[in-house]
Amino acid sequence: MTDPATTTEGLQGDGQGHNSGLLRYRHDAIADHAAVTVDAFVEQDDALAVRIEPGDEARELIPHLDRVKLVEVNFPAFGDGRGYSSARILREAGYEGELRAVGDVLVDQLAYMRRCGFDSFDPDAPLDAGDVEAALARWPDVYQSAADDRTPIWTKRHA
Amino acid sequence: MYRYDTYDQAMVDARVEEFRDQCRRRLEGKLTEDQFKPLRLMNGLYLQLHAYMLRVAVPYGTLSGDQMRALADIAEKYDRGYGHFTTRQNIQYNWIKLEDAGDILADLASVEMHAIQTSGNCIRNISSDHFAGAAADEVVDPRPYAELLRQWSSFHPEFAYLPRKFKIAVIASKTDRAAMKLHDIGIRIVERANEDGGAELGASFYVGGGMGRTPMIAPCINEFVPLDRLITYAEACLRVYNRHGRRDNKYKARIKILVHELGAEEYTRQVEAEYAHLLDQGVEPPFAELERIRTFFADPEFRAAEEASASGEPAETASEPAFRRWVQRNTNPHKAPGYVSAVISLKPVGGIPGDATAEQMRLMADLAERYGFDELRVMHTQNIVLPHVHKSDLPAVWRALDGAGLSTPNLDQIGDIIACPGLDYCSLANARSIPVAQKISERFEASGKGEALGELKLKISGCINACGHHHAGHIGILGVDRKGVENYQLSLGGSEAEDTALAKITGPGFSEDGIVDAVETAADVYLRERTEGERFLDTYRRIGMTPFKEALYD
Amino acid sequence: MRILTGNDLKTGAVTWWTGSDWSLHVEDAIDVTGKEDEIARREESARRVNVPYVIDAELEGGSPRPAHIKDRVRALGPTVRPDLTLKPADPDIGKWVI
Repeated sequence: MTDPATTTEGLQGDGQGHNSGLLRYRHDAIADHAAVTVDAFVEQDDALAVRIEPGDEARELIPHLDRVKLVEVNFPAFGDGRGYSSARILREAGYEGELRAVGDVLVDQLAYMRRCGFDSFDPDAPLDAGDVEAALARWPDVYQSAADDRTPIWTKRHA
Repeated sequence: MYRYDTYDQAMVDARVEEFRDQCRRRLEGKLTEDQFKPLRLMNGLYLQLHAYMLRVAVPYGTLSGDQMRALADIAEKYDRGYGHFTTRQNIQYNWIKLEDAGDILADLASVEMHAIQTSGNCIRNISSDHFAGAAADEVVDPRPYAELLRQWSSFHPEFAYLPRKFKIAVIASKTDRAAMKLHDIGIRIVERANEDGGAELGASFYVGGGMGRTPMIAPCINEFVPLDRLITYAEACLRVYNRHGRRDNKYKARIKILVHELGAEEYTRQVEAEYAHLLDQGVEPPFAELERIRTFFADPEFRAAEEASASGEPAETASEPAFRRWVQRNTNPHKAPGYVSAVISLKPVGGIPGDATAEQMRLMADLAERYGFDELRVMHTQNIVLPHVHKSDLPAVWRALDGAGLSTPNLDQIGDIIACPGLDYCSLANARSIPVAQKISERFEASGKGEALGELKLKISGCINACGHHHAGHIGILGVDRKGVENYQLSLGGSEAEDTALAKITGPGFSEDGIVDAVETAADVYLRERTEGERFLDTYRRIGMTPFKEALYD
Repeated sequence: MRILTGNDLKTGAVTWWTGSDWSLHVEDAIDVTGKEDEIARREESARRVNVPYVIDAELEGGSPRPAHIKDRVRALGPTVRPDLTLKPADPDIGKWVI
């Protein structure tokens, strides 16, 4: 999961200073659009970025995925795990654009977030680069399938 | 029993290193307690009344002799020489240092054990029937399904921050020895006739049961989930809960509240829709994995029924009254001729329910290796089982147990009390549970009524969270705080067996000594009113609460 | 009086604020009325204590006795294992708790 080159590359800001802690595991250009609410996004044909709050229905976006450039999933508190389901649901629906976890995003949740399909992170408090690398390199394997492309142990056993 | 391969071992080892690192960051101040708490809880580490407490997982309650011995070593090396077996088939240590936590997890990993997800708002240790693989009445051994669920739920990335904790139990017989319908998900493996005239296995899903402050019995939401879709169905149940379970109020966050508020029908509809979607997502393991796991649970090579013991125990032991009483009370029928499952009581009269010393653990490990195909089980009633004992070896097993204070013949009797740690150890408790259990067992031992009362399940919780299963006791006791003084509410008529029922409160509470008298009064009403063959619970169901109330309060 | 208690971060042991340090013995606790927040904040950020909180207590025979049973159990140890409490040799200590 952790390509060290990508990790280093990932440590880049958006040039505006406010989110210099942005971690990105994508090679395309940063989608620099202001994110609107799910309700607004569905209404506005020209909106390109959307922010999902924990109580939002991620599936409302599915009919509009072709124009989405950036989905931000907000974690107002790290213990609210609804965003993990929102992320996986969008990946299961075929969304391939940037999926960014924002808010109370801590290093100890990164590996699970990556597995649920997040490929960028904009934490409220900057993360220690060494801790990030260690966290993403932690797991030699995975038990179950999720939104990433890792092969679960139970599949490897019978390959 | 299940053994780790290199994959399982690598995952557990990685977890040890992860937690070592998290402990280091906490001790260095890089993590606040608020940030560290959910991480330590997901490794079973609580901050309790006197110290840190570590809860170690015993998946589906099954242990080998080596594992039990490792638990004894940990008790001596890092704790104060004992451990406490819990109502979810786990073991916890009461006097742990944060500095030692990483080393303890490493010691556990060396015997294929861990403390992963034994607390926190995630999927907890999967529990099961303590007589699994031995009981004469099971359709199949339920543990392979529990093991598959263990793997699926371990480090599940979507379900690590659920609204609240999540407990799953798996059984495979009509007789329920695991309080299945009082779990967030209860699964019963069932057999049904298929079109070719044969039989096929499937899983009945009961969702939304639980104890705690709002006890509920789980409704069945799907009677037959094919086994090759078991994980997908579980994933659907969890996703609906993760998305829609209440997060505004901790006390309404369990899945039972969601199922109750939506209604079982609407919850089921949402699960079925999610399930239909997930069937295309490839979340189900290959069926070969279930078959691989099953091979670990094959029957041991049972001896012939008539074979004699090689234990060297003199033949006279078999005629000792104390031995005969123990066999009659503490053994359960086995599927193999000549065998029984033998229950080791951790409920000595006046003792602390569920506690075992390191020496006792080692003795149990030795007995398992010598007489029990190297297997032990933890019961949710806080006792230990030797699941496969040849009848000819029972005198030797009993002799050894008797010498270690482990032969109390009280299975399912009034002295076999479930009690949570209560205010003696637990920071959530409002009242002490253990002293009440001690006094009740002493009272009935002194009066000699225990045997006459027969099956009478008494369960004590020191607070409303109900770790002592008081809602499900034939007699239940709940400790409350009444203006700074311990007070105890009595309830009657609960059951966690297949006839699941929730107990009802008798009326005003009692003092510590008063509750002991009240239990005796209730027992006396039963002895007076019972008809031939009735258990306490049957009599209560027949005559209702009134005669008990009259005796207790008039 | 109001006394300050918490747990030692490394060992988890119950501790009491003595005015200059943390003690295992509630007898050493001093009245912190008015200063509890400041002390708690300072000591917790220095990681000399974990999750400190203030409780009511009464002076009894010159020593503070916590007002609530839970804190008295914390101060002593489990009542069902006198051998593991801080006062294993005192046969009357149970009365102090209850």
